[in-house]
Amino acid sequence: MACDRGGVGAARDQDGRTLTFRLTHVLRCWLAGLAAFGCIVCVAACGSPASQPTVVRFWAMGREGEVVAQLVPEFERGHPGIQVVVQDLPWSAAHEKLLTAFAGDATPDACQLGNTWVPELVALHALEPLDARVKGSTAIESGDYFSGIWDTNVIDGRLYGLPWYVDTRLLFYRRDLLAQAGFDAPPRSWDDWQRMLAAIKAHAGPDRYGVLLPLNEFEPLLVLALQQPDPLLVDDGTRGNFESAGFKRTLAFYVGMFRRGYAPPLTNAEISNVWNEFARGYFVFYITGPWNIGEFKRRLPAALQQSWMTAPLPGPDGPGASIAGGSSLVLFARSRVKDAAWQWLEYLSRPEVQARFHELTGDLPPRRTTWNQGALAADPYARAFRDQLERVKPAPNVPEWERIATEMRLVAERAVDGRLTVDQAAAELDARADRILEKRRSLLARRANP
Amino acid sequence: MTRRRAAWVFVGPALAVIGVFFFLPVVAALGLSFTDFDIYALANLANLRFVGLRNYIELLQRAEFWNALGNTLYFVLVGVPLSIGASLGTALLLNARAARFKAFFRTALFAPVVTTLVAAAVVWRYLFNTRYGWLNYALGALGVPAIDWLGDPHFSMPAIIVFAVWKNFGYNMVILLAGLQAIPEELYEAARIDGASAWRRFVHVTLPMLAPMLSMVAILTVAGYFQLFAEPYVMTQGGPLQSTVSVLYLMYEEGFKWWNLGSASAVAFVLFALMFAVTGAQLSLVRRRGPR
Repeated sequence: MACDRGGVGAARDQDGRTLTFRLTHVLRCWLAGLAAFGCIVCVAACGSPASQPTVVRFWAMGREGEVVAQLVPEFERGHPGIQVVVQDLPWSAAHEKLLTAFAGDATPDACQLGNTWVPELVALHALEPLDARVKGSTAIESGDYFSGIWDTNVIDGRLYGLPWYVDTRLLFYRRDLLAQAGFDAPPRSWDDWQRMLAAIKAHAGPDRYGVLLPLNEFEPLLVLALQQPDPLLVDDGTRGNFESAGFKRTLAFYVGMFRRGYAPPLTNAEISNVWNEFARGYFVFYITGPWNIGEFKRRLPAALQQSWMTAPLPGPDGPGASIAGGSSLVLFARSRVKDAAWQWLEYLSRPEVQARFHELTGDLPPRRTTWNQGALAADPYARAFRDQLERVKPAPNVPEWERIATEMRLVAERAVDGRLTVDQAAAELDARADRILEKRRSLLARRANP
Repeated sequence: MTRRRAAWVFVGPALAVIGVFFFLPVVAALGLSFTDFDIYALANLANLRFVGLRNYIELLQRAEFWNALGNTLYFVLVGVPLSIGASLGTALLLNARAARFKAFFRTALFAPVVTTLVAAAVVWRYLFNTRYGWLNYALGALGVPAIDWLGDPHFSMPAIIVFAVWKNFGYNMVILLAGLQAIPEELYEAARIDGASAWRRFVHVTLPMLAPMLSMVAILTVAGYFQLFAEPYVMTQGGPLQSTVSVLYLMYEEGFKWWNLGSASAVAFVLFALMFAVTGAQLSLVRRRGPR
């Protein structure tokens, strides 16, 4: 990386100092040349010191950050004059890093963004609206994306991100154990599901369970709540709506799973290895996301590989919705190279590039075209996700949502423990949500009548 | 006059560093605690509201705060005596004349202090595991039914205390061991000639001679234990049922997770005031008893 800074310096500096720059530059290139990684950047920079490559700084997180660098060389071949520098952030530090970068005026040109963070960065005016660019693009067709996922990027009627990959939650289950309990197909409705759970519990005894719903995750409860017609927040996202009939029905269903002994009241901290427990038959159903397809294939013993499957989430009355999660690609408002950065985002959104990205990461693509081709169309474990993606709903897109979801988990945990009834828990949640949303209410009121 | 100026020149750099990196941030944080600085204010300073003492008043009305304070006091009141007791006990054992392999045991008992907290916590999570944990296995052999250490709100804090004491006692042990070694042998000899039993020698010779060390250790340990954070952060994430959320953990979540820097600063100042009062009380206790 030292090398590319040298390259830019030499190109910018047109007076006598260029020579010294070039000399240190050559030295740096020698050093960098020792590392095979730095070499590619070096050749590109050394080869044409006169032309000034446009550098696009791109941040990505976790596994995607490690892998996306492999897509860069081909992009740069097709777009001479643009150089993409990828920085990889760990997920655990990404949120703080983005906010600090914004406060310090050091945001990148583009980045990967978990779609629940989009509203927050839009509230900061950190992101560039993309409507005009998408309209002018031949590579991106909004109708080809799953609509639930696309909507997570639309705030106050404007588009701020392109879905990159999708993440939704559905059922992973043990076919053999379900068959032992007398069922040959996964549940389609809550009633089906409860009947199966009761049969499994009767069959498995007190030390084994039907379903794992870790108490330190809000997602299982959230996906069940999104299946109801009632929105979770009302009045333009300024008031909680947890005392609605729909949410109470979900909460009662969720709490009932623990009360009846279908689900163990545990957090993930107490389950040392969820794959081992699944293999041992500690539970039959598990609500989790697409990354676990790869993990289950890798970590479950070979003898069990034929015995597990994925299924869409059952809903209150027939197949239910799930959450529209995942990451988006966004452009920062403060970037000086928006056009070049946009070309990079467009490239990442092409179906063939998304297919390659799926091969590299196992992440599920957000475009129907990508799903219809290649390995994904044939993967039996992915089929349930393809089906589920037609029924995904975004979580409320206000910056405070993640905090409210956390409160939802904490209050639900108290209800599971028996310290609150369903009605008390719902009232408590509305009170907490309204307190968290107080600032938002006052800001919106001020905007309405200044 | 010139001597005075010279003194200022020498002290100046240190004062400047303290002023810029300590005093200024503290004053700024105090100012911040009277505002509702949050993500909206970060976007546009026009969204910043001066709220006076509201952050403090709301904090004192929040059940989560009292819960966190209760958990912290529980941790301090149980953890500190246990920790100092363990340190004193092991220091006495290491100082005993009959002890063998002193250097080995001193190193072994000090080792937890220098291990990485996160790595140790991962191992302890396995020890505490309800079904496979070594601790429940050992208790099971004694006929005690399995305890859900990290999942039952009644046992989560004891589990954290056990882990924290194990992690920290070695540090005080080394200090107390140095104190024990500094006690002149003649005092014990004289006491023995006077016919004092081992227990009376401990109460009337060891403890008084060790008192300055013990009071320093107590003050440092209390101040350290009030700042409980990393253990629950790694072991339980504050759960189950928020039974291991400490005041500092609450501040971290408020400030760095939800970016409500205004109310997080208020939490910090409340904790500061509390620790200041407790340490002040300890100091005055020591001073009153000291010159005897």
